[in-house]
Amino acid sequence: MFIAVTLAILVTIGLALARALAGPTTYDRIAAANMFGTKTVLLIAVLAFLSDRADLLDIALVYALINFIGVIAALKLVTRGNFHGSSDKDSGII
Amino acid sequence: MIIDILSWILLLTGGALGILGGIGIHRFPDFYTRLHAGGITDTLCAMLILTGLALQAGWSLAAFKLGMIFMFLFFTSPTASHALASAAMHSGLKPRLEGDEPAGVPHHD
Repeated sequence: MFIAVTLAILVTIGLALARALAGPTTYDRIAAANMFGTKTVLLIAVLAFLSDRADLLDIALVYALINFIGVIAALKLVTRGNFHGSSDKDSGII
Repeated sequence: MIIDILSWILLLTGGALGILGGIGIHRFPDFYTRLHAGGITDTLCAMLILTGLALQAGWSLAAFKLGMIFMFLFFTSPTASHALASAAMHSGLKPRLEGDEPAGVPHHD
């Protein structure tokens, strides 16, 4: 049963990866990367039960934290063009 | 036994929703509809799978960790979706409305 869920998550990851490679705008790619990260958290959590090693859940938790921060950081980089927080829209690359 | 069947149902429903969201993010015509499809897998699919796993784990530390992951995803994935949509809207990416040109046209400013 866990194997079926693992396969479903892997198919989802593949489709999100296809969108990340094909997506016309940068935001499509970031959305697909966000989805990829969430699915990776779920995949690690399911693998923890599949291989009966509960300590993998810690890795899933840390991955969830890092994924959120990564998406917000990538979004800020794309929107502003830098990481150092000026709110001046004219200095961005968009 | 009943808990086993319930958790299997939750896990399989979550996996099916994940595939549906993947098909959605692959085939929908513009960014905002794709974000909607991704939002399905970020919220409902993740929560069904995590709840199913927690039912398998019973009352243990693993269930607590799954609950932590659940709470974290519950708060962060709508935040990320909102930030994405708001940044895209701010940068001038227009939603594709009825009567616009067909999909596949890159919309750069």
